[in-house]
Amino acid sequence: MIALNINGQRREVDVPPDMPLLWVLRDVLGMTGTKFGCGMALCGACTVHLDGQAIRSCMTPVSAIGQAKITTIESVGATPNGAKVQKAWLDLEVIQCGYCQSGQIMSATALLDTNRHPSDADIDAAMAGNICRCGTYPRIREAIKRAAAEG
Amino acid sequence: MSENPTELTRREFFGLTASAVFVYGFHVPASGAGEPAKDAAFAPNAFIRIDDQGTVTFISPQVEMGQGVYTSLAMMVAEELDANWSKVRVEHAPPNAKLYFNPMLGVQATGNSNSIRAFWKPLRQASATTRACLVEAAAGTWKVPAAECRTQEGKVIHDRTQRTLDYGSLVTAAAAITPPKDVPLKDPATFRLIGHPVKRLDTPDKTNGRAKYGIDARPPGVRIATLAKSPVLGGKVGRVDDSRARALPGVRQIVVLDDLVAVVGDHMWAAKQGLAALDIAWNDGSNGAVSTDLIWSRLREASKRDGAVAKEVGRVSDVFAQGDVATAEYEMPLLAHVTMEPLNCTVHVTPTSVEVWTGTQVMTRVQGEIAKGANVPESQVTVHNHLLGGGFGRRLEADMAYDAARIAKQVKGPVKVVWTREEDIRHDYYRPAYHTILAARLDRGRIAGWKHKVSGSAVLARWLPPAFQKGVDPDGVDSAADIPYDIPNYRVEFNREEPPGVNTAFWRGVGPNNNVFAIESFMDELARSAGQDPIAFRRAHLDKVPRLQAALDLVKQRSGWGTPLPQRCGRGVSAQTSFGSFLATVVECEVDEAGEVRLKRVTTAVDTGLPVNPDTIAAQLQGGLIFGLTAALYGQITLKDGRVEQSNFHDYQMLRMNQVPPIEVHVIRSAELPGGIGEAGTASAVPALRNAIYAATGVALRRMPIDSKLLAKTVRT
Repeated sequence: MIALNINGQRREVDVPPDMPLLWVLRDVLGMTGTKFGCGMALCGACTVHLDGQAIRSCMTPVSAIGQAKITTIESVGATPNGAKVQKAWLDLEVIQCGYCQSGQIMSATALLDTNRHPSDADIDAAMAGNICRCGTYPRIREAIKRAAAEG
Repeated sequence: MSENPTELTRREFFGLTASAVFVYGFHVPASGAGEPAKDAAFAPNAFIRIDDQGTVTFISPQVEMGQGVYTSLAMMVAEELDANWSKVRVEHAPPNAKLYFNPMLGVQATGNSNSIRAFWKPLRQASATTRACLVEAAAGTWKVPAAECRTQEGKVIHDRTQRTLDYGSLVTAAAAITPPKDVPLKDPATFRLIGHPVKRLDTPDKTNGRAKYGIDARPPGVRIATLAKSPVLGGKVGRVDDSRARALPGVRQIVVLDDLVAVVGDHMWAAKQGLAALDIAWNDGSNGAVSTDLIWSRLREASKRDGAVAKEVGRVSDVFAQGDVATAEYEMPLLAHVTMEPLNCTVHVTPTSVEVWTGTQVMTRVQGEIAKGANVPESQVTVHNHLLGGGFGRRLEADMAYDAARIAKQVKGPVKVVWTREEDIRHDYYRPAYHTILAARLDRGRIAGWKHKVSGSAVLARWLPPAFQKGVDPDGVDSAADIPYDIPNYRVEFNREEPPGVNTAFWRGVGPNNNVFAIESFMDELARSAGQDPIAFRRAHLDKVPRLQAALDLVKQRSGWGTPLPQRCGRGVSAQTSFGSFLATVVECEVDEAGEVRLKRVTTAVDTGLPVNPDTIAAQLQGGLIFGLTAALYGQITLKDGRVEQSNFHDYQMLRMNQVPPIEVHVIRSAELPGGIGEAGTASAVPALRNAIYAATGVALRRMPIDSKLLAKTVRT
């Protein structure tokens, strides 16, 4: 049994230690908001927070997590910046197919958590790991600035 | 946006905060299954159901894959129904070709950027007829003439007696009324929803993890499978050693079929680990020696043949006999779709039924392929559709459903078959490679004769055989046979040549992508040889297409066309009338000394007719342009020894946040019939970028993707 702290709850899972967190969330715990995109940390669809830092859950073995607090898209809206990002995403109609957007929102929230007023270069650096095939990048950039302006 | 009175303003795109709040209560059912009809409900047609609480459920024949149709089609319904927008819900239609066929395709399918165009009339007609029944029901209740009643926000109102009845209270009476015929539609000038900004219905649940895609289906007891298909198309499984895989924790079953092997596990990790632990020997079959070079040499050889004539106006041969003819050959590579949601399909086979959970652009075809794969009658197959994590034409195919059904037939209980990204890229139905030959003769600065020959796959010949007539694939010559330029003599030919070793299919903008690229690249080369400005040269050939002229004028104004740029920077233009929309794009780029291209700015102007949800048009163009720019810069599938060489995002690259420039979209106010918009930007971006590079470097690229080696400064002469 491996004990995890997910969205403020203790969850015990009986899985192989090398199993990536992504599949624990999706296939064992039924938390399907975190998405599978590439399995190689190349696209960012699986982004979650580990102690507030954006990480790619598809390459993070569950045994490496220890006591770190995991936050997923299902509860990021309970954090101040997560709520601002979600609202900005809707205000500016960022989303198209939406499949990558869980990861985009998690990356954007982690950015704002450490950088209250990110520049374009900061946004590039924080968001370049998240692919959007629908091409919502211009609106993501605008929405991050909108969320930052909410203060 | 701008103050130009011909353009939609920013407010018209995003609306007011109040309207944003107003719509947040909306809800798209999270599950693929539709809610059962309530006891007291009025369902006068296949698209609309109104319950006794006044909730209007729109059963959408078109699927939501990001393009916003759940909202825009629902707006069309609510408009003619005078529904209360806060009580409108959307459900996925079940597979039923008779009820839900796409009038522009003849099958139940979402594609070709035609959801609005195809359903513009029938959905509004169905809604207006429904409204007439509700009015009739209220008038009967009140014993007043129906003509004295009006409707607003989900209510019938009789002003003289100041009475109102909610639609919900009228459902039983309305259900007893024979729907009238030929109910008049609203005058567009009175539209309250259409043309006004409405927040999308599907997006709130996409911000919090609640939205359900096919890959999120979890029927009770579901196991997860992943598969390895023969790496060579048409190859077969030879020998499988599964001893190591079976020993892994969580691996439950190995399914070996003729052409694929699947590992079923408790979760995807077990399935993936199991698959990696298999030792499979494949028999490659006849495609084991296919290479990119072979595909191109066959296509180039085939392009020497005369093609089937798709269009002939005047006598181009006479014009060409008069003297100099400019000729150029253009090539487009095989491309993968790479939807962010990898292919998947969940299937539960029981002795008496088959239940399916997936996200598809072709519901009835999935039903058919499942029936074939599970070897049951179609009537036993239930399909639950979901939101699609991207379609782009990939989910116009049902191969993933056929494979999943064959696997599920061997498995007790439901099984979700999830493709790895590697399988997704290596077993795509690719955008065809095309070879195009263009020839033209200029006479005093005008095009006097034009010949256009396309060689490549005939996707429609496979996908919709009746559409393939006399050797011409209408998609293969889309935007070529109907070239917008006024040319007195022209001939368009199509030359079918299917590549060995790969399947080909639709892709965002498929035929127009190829043709607009070739035409617009050639137009720039002709403009240069005529000594004319590229926009002026195009405009001079568009006197009969004022809507495209207007788009060119607007993009010229907004893009800073003609203003000075630094060295090795350039602007390029493209113009097109594809998908019923009139679109002009200017791309500005910089090419560094090593030949690397940097995107600086993109400006697009479009007349797409009457906009239904204006901001969706801008969003689709922004996304479509990026899709095209991605392909131009990176997109290329290659084969070696019959195997696709690319496998994931490291070798099949996508544009990322740091590479995307500002993109301005200017929508021209228009009262014309709505056009299509999902694919238009993709087709326009590629030639506009190519022409920007031409302007920046003088290098006339004729193949995609862009080869930076050809653009390095030392190459320039």
